[in-house]
Amino acid sequence: MTTATLEKNALEVRNLNFYYGKFQGLKNVSMDIAENKVTAFIGPSGCGKSTLLRTLNRMYSLYPGQRAEGQINFYGQNILDAKQDLNLLRARIGMVFQKPTPFPMSIYDNIAFGVKLYENLSKDEMDDRVEWALTKAALWGEVKDKLHQSGLSLSGGQQQRLCIARSVAVKPSVLLLDEPTSALDPISTGKVEELVHELKKDYTIAIVTHNMQQAARCSDFTAYMYLGELIEFGETEQIFFKPKRTETEDYITGRFG
Amino acid sequence: MGDKHLSSQFDAELNSISTHVLEMGGLVESQLHQAIYALVHLSLETAEQVLENENRLNQMEVNIDHEIISTIGRRQPTARDLRFLMAISRTTQNLERAGDEIARIARMVKSIIEGGSARSLPISELRLASDLAAGMLRKTLDAFARLDTSMALAIMKEDNAIDVEYDGFLRKLITYMMEDARTISPSLDLLFLAKSIERVGDHAKNIAEQIIFIVKGEDVRHSPLAKVESVVG
Repeated sequence: MTTATLEKNALEVRNLNFYYGKFQGLKNVSMDIAENKVTAFIGPSGCGKSTLLRTLNRMYSLYPGQRAEGQINFYGQNILDAKQDLNLLRARIGMVFQKPTPFPMSIYDNIAFGVKLYENLSKDEMDDRVEWALTKAALWGEVKDKLHQSGLSLSGGQQQRLCIARSVAVKPSVLLLDEPTSALDPISTGKVEELVHELKKDYTIAIVTHNMQQAARCSDFTAYMYLGELIEFGETEQIFFKPKRTETEDYITGRFG
Repeated sequence: MGDKHLSSQFDAELNSISTHVLEMGGLVESQLHQAIYALVHLSLETAEQVLENENRLNQMEVNIDHEIISTIGRRQPTARDLRFLMAISRTTQNLERAGDEIARIARMVKSIIEGGSARSLPISELRLASDLAAGMLRKTLDAFARLDTSMALAIMKEDNAIDVEYDGFLRKLITYMMEDARTISPSLDLLFLAKSIERVGDHAKNIAEQIIFIVKGEDVRHSPLAKVESVVG
């Protein structure tokens, strides 16, 4: 087991095994995800980093044949428990995907849609919530005069921040970001990274990225995974300056092949 | 260093930097030998040769710096590669400063020869310290080429020997000066010479510390020897 530090943990993964049918995608992974910190997952394609992220809010349960064994304790409660209410879980552990996925509706409704599922707010309260979420996602200034235009009319970078606003709107405690900037240009990427830095004050963030410099720039802890195993997990500075395992060093210095 | 990156161009860049540092180190070493020769044989010609070469060293430092900056900018190195480039930057700085000390030796040899009172002074006693410093520099470059940390540790210990030599020589010079006031001026030249030789040893020691930094990832500058020993393991 790898324990990062003495921080309070939002999530504790214990002996997690994950199967896509017969194929084992995660092998006995144990790690802690510290509260109000950014934890990055890096590793080559197919190493299990997205799989691990998808177990953290049980996104995989949407697909038959995929199953997880072990424990994921979310503030003490094992979310792999069959009795877990998945909708409630995903409201508390939000997720943003690689490609921006705004709903084909107005910017305002993109935010309000999810909120309405969980809360019964008055029009004024909803207006406030939409403004609050868009402000959190550093998008309010750019869209406040066109809230009723389609979310699809925004640029890629804005769409991605809209998706982050949508996740934030339901007031989750954890945000899972699966390659949130891989479809964005460097400027939009910079804005999302800046946002990650802002959001960690209020949220626990787990981010999967292929961009190692991104992990180095915006995470507090980094996990290096390979072939379904957690090879090394530690403070980002240590991982990028002085990794303990040769496998990690080879990967981050580009000697992997 | 630097083999087996996915990008062979990155390997080529790191290897080229390594080669240039070793070339620079080789030149510093030969400068030191020349300066010692000029000192022992009171050769004006050799001393002038050393001063001429000094410019080449300065240019080499600038060129290597440029290569380092370009590699950092293009490759965003991490871990061992990052430590390597940082260490190279500090290494060339130390080589250049060792070169300055050696040029200073050459200038003083010139002034001693031109002053004409050299033969009455214990120049040969500087020989031991000079040879120690030259040997140390050579070992440092070897250890650097092989990234050999135990050799680096041995070099750091050896630096103490030069310091002891320096103290002994200083006491001897003081005796000369007390006996005969006319030796004060050339003795001071010798004192500065001895100091420069001692400084070359310090720069070699600094480079040895950088070898440990590359391999072990621990910054052992200003650390007691016992700590360095535990890092090298």
